[in-house]
Amino acid sequence: MSNLKKEEKSKRKKKRLLLQSNSNQNRLINNSKTDRFILLLNKVVLGLVVLIVTIPLLYVLLGSFLQPHILVTRGISFNPEHWTIDGYVRIFTDGTIMRGFLNSILYAGGFTLISVGFSILAGYSLSIDNLVGKKALMIFFLFTMFFNGGMIPTYLLVRELGMINTPWGVILPGAVTVWNIILARTYFKALPNELKEAARIDGASDFKIFLNIILPLAKPIIFVLALYAFIGQWNSYFNAMIYLEDRSLYPLQLIMRDILIQNEVQPGMIADQLARAEMQRIAEMIKYSSIVVASLPLLIMYPFFQKYFEKGVMVGSLK
Amino acid sequence: MAKELGSPVKVAGVSSNKVPNVTKKKQSPLNYIKNNYMLYVFLAPAVILVFLFNYIPMYGVTIAFKDFSPTRGIMASEWVGFAHFTNFLQSPNFHQIFANTIKLSAFELLIGFPVPIILALMLNQVRRANIKKNIQLMIYAPHFISAVVIGGMIFIFLSPAGPINAMLSVFLDRPISFMSDPDYFRTIFIASGIWQGAGFASIIYVAALSNTDPQLHDAATIDGASLLQRIWHIDVQVLKPTMAVLFILAVGGIMGVGFEKAYLLQTDMNLPASEIIDTYVYKRGLQAGDWSFGAAVGLFNSVVSLMLLVSVNYIVKRFNGESLY
Repeated sequence: MSNLKKEEKSKRKKKRLLLQSNSNQNRLINNSKTDRFILLLNKVVLGLVVLIVTIPLLYVLLGSFLQPHILVTRGISFNPEHWTIDGYVRIFTDGTIMRGFLNSILYAGGFTLISVGFSILAGYSLSIDNLVGKKALMIFFLFTMFFNGGMIPTYLLVRELGMINTPWGVILPGAVTVWNIILARTYFKALPNELKEAARIDGASDFKIFLNIILPLAKPIIFVLALYAFIGQWNSYFNAMIYLEDRSLYPLQLIMRDILIQNEVQPGMIADQLARAEMQRIAEMIKYSSIVVASLPLLIMYPFFQKYFEKGVMVGSLK
Repeated sequence: MAKELGSPVKVAGVSSNKVPNVTKKKQSPLNYIKNNYMLYVFLAPAVILVFLFNYIPMYGVTIAFKDFSPTRGIMASEWVGFAHFTNFLQSPNFHQIFANTIKLSAFELLIGFPVPIILALMLNQVRRANIKKNIQLMIYAPHFISAVVIGGMIFIFLSPAGPINAMLSVFLDRPISFMSDPDYFRTIFIASGIWQGAGFASIIYVAALSNTDPQLHDAATIDGASLLQRIWHIDVQVLKPTMAVLFILAVGGIMGVGFEKAYLLQTDMNLPASEIIDTYVYKRGLQAGDWSFGAAVGLFNSVVSLMLLVSVNYIVKRFNGESLY
């Protein structure tokens, strides 16, 4: 009996070894008992990490579908009678969040267009080897990495330019960063010079070379920069907070700040409730559902772009 | 960077020999600009924006040494020298705000910096590629959530009626009001930062590890090295240059500790721990309209962070041979 068991065990072990070596290009397997224990521990801890990361997200997602008094008294419940989509109905009928959504698309879209467009153009020029004045230009850009005027002088300038309470105040300051220019430049430098030279011999102008030869090759870097720019702007609230006054101009994150942090729910969302306690409960429910509405688009999208995020980090590490 | 800047001259000579009819052998700078004006047109928008939003505020920071009044403008406002700086340094708040800023980011750096590295080392031991990929996908997720939503979630989870207090009620008779107690602020700030950022920050280390030569591991295994020995003597060594660069950058950013989140997590009650220089600048300068004082505090902050960056870069260079520039 015990012999049979032993045999089976060793068989399984062999099979595992075979599998491992196949999956890992014949890496040597010479794991001692402690090593195997550590690997097991590793799996357990990683499992815990995944739980710690995902549970809060799932809690908010489930909470957004629960009747507010159930969530307070019983916590998460899977009884369908306790479920409701009231929070979502209130959000979508009120329209404030939807308007914030549209504003955010405008700001993030405009910011991305300007940020990526200008960085790519400048990065291309700076990647040309014999560009006259290149050194001075690089110093001009790099210096801003080490020193800046700060919040107050920037605010005064934006005010002087008449950009307060306009989308430009949100979009323009910070649109062009040295970092993006350097990333673009690094990318262009790696492209073979022969391409440009061949086109020049054929009599193409700088503009045509850029448009017809460089730009199609630059798609990956454009995509990476655009992703980072869009998400960065989409998720930020600071510029909007200091430069915008009209609530109708608020981006999504500022609306979310009112709801989540300031506890100011749009009156339209809860006006039908007279009892104060019930109003508060619904305000609490709206927090959950607005978090889901505000975060879900990016959370659903990013897995499709995972490759590009990883690429972006790698390009960044090339300094 | 300096090395890179020095080299192009030689390359230029080579390419102009190759294509004589396009770039003439001895072109004066003016002619070059004339022939390639399009390249400068490409540069113009970026130069204009950087000049406008980075350089003009550098001039604007002179209001830190003046008594700026919006009606007079920057030029006509009176010089007051270092008055605003001495005011700030001697104010009763200074010690607390400065200490808060340093403590918050230093602890964040000390506790938060190793986490992505450990995570990457652990992920590197996951043999099955698809499992590894799925774990990565899940732990990246919080990175894509905005600061506002993270702040909102923190308030929800830590409220006296929230789920954390519900769990703690097994041990405690009274709920803890986490958000109005300064003692908890730093822990909350740092823990939530790790929760949100560590997964995504591990990308760069995972990528560095995947480039490790597997023969190193094989050789070490033959020599009888245990798993932990291999991790320490191979994987960690592979990561060292990346660690050095990221560490320098992180220290340089110490004084710029995330304004966005700190401001969101501030309540009137936790201010003794949560008021940092950036939020103070915002409140005094923008909200209260004390422009010159705000600019002075901001400038103080910039100068301290610049000094930190330069000195850490120097120290790391001495010990590790890695440098930013």
